[in-house]
Amino acid sequence: MTQKAEFDQRVKQALDNPQLRRNFRVTMDGLMEKRDKAFPDKAFLEELRTIGANIRANALARQPELLEQLEANCTRNGIQVHWAETIEQANRIVLDIMERHHATRMIKGKSMVSEEMQMNHFLEAKGKSCVESDLGEYIIQLDNEAPSHIIAPAIHKSKQEVARLFKAKHPDIPYSEDIDTLTRSARQILRRKFHDAEIGLSGVNFAVAETGTLCLVENEGNGRLCTTVPPVHIAVTGIEKVVEKLADVPPLLKLLTRSATGQHITTYFNMISSPRKPGERDGPKEVHLVLLDNQRSRIYGDSELFDSLRCIRCGACMNHCPVYTRIGGHAYGPPIPGPIGSVIEPQKFGLENFGVLATASTLCGACGEACPVRIPLPKLLHRLRYEQVREDRTGATIGQGSQRSGKEALIWKLWSWIHATPLVYRSATRLASLFRNRIPNRIGPWSQVRTTPRIAPKSLHQLAREEGFKHE
Amino acid sequence: MNKARDNILARLRARSTEIPPVELDRGFRSPDWNRQQRIELFCKAMTSVRTEIHRVRASDWADRLAQLVKERKLNNLLYAPNGPLARQIEAAWRNGEALPELVSRTAELDEWKEELFFGIDAAITSTRGGIAEVGALILWPTPQEPRSFSLVPPIHIAVVKADQLHNTFADAIADENWQAGMPTNAVLISGPSKSADIEQTLAYGVHGPVELIVLLIE
Ligand code: SF4
Repeated sequence: MTQKAEFDQRVKQALDNPQLRRNFRVTMDGLMEKRDKAFPDKAFLEELRTIGANIRANALARQPELLEQLEANCTRNGIQVHWAETIEQANRIVLDIMERHHATRMIKGKSMVSEEMQMNHFLEAKGKSCVESDLGEYIIQLDNEAPSHIIAPAIHKSKQEVARLFKAKHPDIPYSEDIDTLTRSARQILRRKFHDAEIGLSGVNFAVAETGTLCLVENEGNGRLCTTVPPVHIAVTGIEKVVEKLADVPPLLKLLTRSATGQHITTYFNMISSPRKPGERDGPKEVHLVLLDNQRSRIYGDSELFDSLRCIRCGACMNHCPVYTRIGGHAYGPPIPGPIGSVIEPQKFGLENFGVLATASTLCGACGEACPVRIPLPKLLHRLRYEQVREDRTGATIGQGSQRSGKEALIWKLWSWIHATPLVYRSATRLASLFRNRIPNRIGPWSQVRTTPRIAPKSLHQLAREEGFKHE
Repeated sequence: MNKARDNILARLRARSTEIPPVELDRGFRSPDWNRQQRIELFCKAMTSVRTEIHRVRASDWADRLAQLVKERKLNNLLYAPNGPLARQIEAAWRNGEALPELVSRTAELDEWKEELFFGIDAAITSTRGGIAEVGALILWPTPQEPRSFSLVPPIHIAVVKADQLHNTFADAIADENWQAGMPTNAVLISGPSKSADIEQTLAYGVHGPVELIVLLIE
């Protein structure tokens, strides 16, 4: 099956599920409203977005130096830094650390990079157990699913579905559809896991070069538990997460939490700068930082697509996307859905595999307007549409030109020739008007959901002449 | 893995187009709130995230603490016997009656993890201050008051001095020059643990403390 046919099938499945559509509609409406309320002063919002965009752009402009600085400062603080070009390397690094400690039990905080690495899958095949502890991630792990939203991973499930799932997996816990009770059950189940885990794994929201500090944003406390209780903490992150100074963090944090959930700050903002020091009585004795490239340095090489690396993963672009709201996260395929996923993921996995995602947009512009770091998402989606049909193949994107079809190219050549040749153009419009009633009512996919356009009896040129306009 | 490192850095440096440096304004403009405004804002913001706030005096906060834990009928309270709050807590307990047992553990966590996870009802810690704008506590845990105190037990009680409230997070960093030396762990706490992962409905007490109680010394 072609990537388009597969994508269409996933979309159809999602659209045919009324429960799913209701869940996404209600949640996205709620999240949009919360963001709106969190920024009552729109002038302030615009100013803050500019600051955020500049901070991220600045960090990217100096990325190689900042990564070296981050590494030097982390190392000085006692954090062990590892570099991985591919997800295989990154998984291998994590596995090696576990083996060195004879560890089999890992407890995980939320990490989209670990999803990108398919780490659970990899480690479980090696006999390790990986338990997701973020409530949403835990729920979908029970059901063997992938996240459908980067902030609210289990948002496609109703409380009834969660209740049935808990009952099936933990028969000893009484059935309940009450959200508070379900939440407390998860607390109970996972408490023991936190206590017993030998390895805690987390992502990173910002890595501060100046101080060698890893920052984590969360509400549940599971992130703090994962990074405090087990004897070893492994943080995995993409290389683009580095920022220059500690002073860069407050404006980004403000943008992140308000854009994501409308919170002025999350319950916990955790800053980790070293493993347990002599005399300290808790905290991991070892902290590892795994810096993952996986095509990011390649994206970095393109002066336009490069802007997508500014992303702080707030999810606002998906919350505001009319396509995402209707089809939900699973329809997209790769780990990160929505507009930013449609920009980043095809660049990581290749346009020949996921280029079709760039067409999953109406180009209405809502994502670009919502993005707290002003990533020009519509422009980048457009650019990827071009990348997959470009002829020269001299760009940096994997799978460029892979969707180019001779027929389509020929049609466009013809189209532009007609439009650039006045005589031909005039006779073409005259012919089209003449045969306007001969156009069939059904013209392929276009007319499946739209009425077929009718050509006017007179062209605009003709009308203008009749109205007495002198110059065309 | 040094090869990976070199390859990544080389690819990043191979960029053909120079990226112009950005003129950076970090938006650092502190609001001109006075002490009283800071207190009011802090209390309002913290209350809005379900924190119980008690405004107390330096002389009597420990008595209020004793009263609070008694009302809640807790079995025990974890505290740091050589921490900054110890003297007053111990004095209040000497005078009080029928109070929950005061628990002090000075061993490494590994030696009493089971008890901390399943046997402690509440813990009390000091703080390094708070942030008025968003309503958050600042904690830089110490060997005396380890980071798990504010994290593992179901109730966390925190003592905050009103004089240590900052207007904003950016202010806290700048005023105290944090970049000169970050501790092993620093954490901002705004309310009890919560999750909205099921139907975006807020539920409290998922993994961290179920309740957060703040004693604000004015
Ligand atoms: S692209 Fe922008 S809006 Fe989308 S997740 Fe990233 S930062 Fe948020």
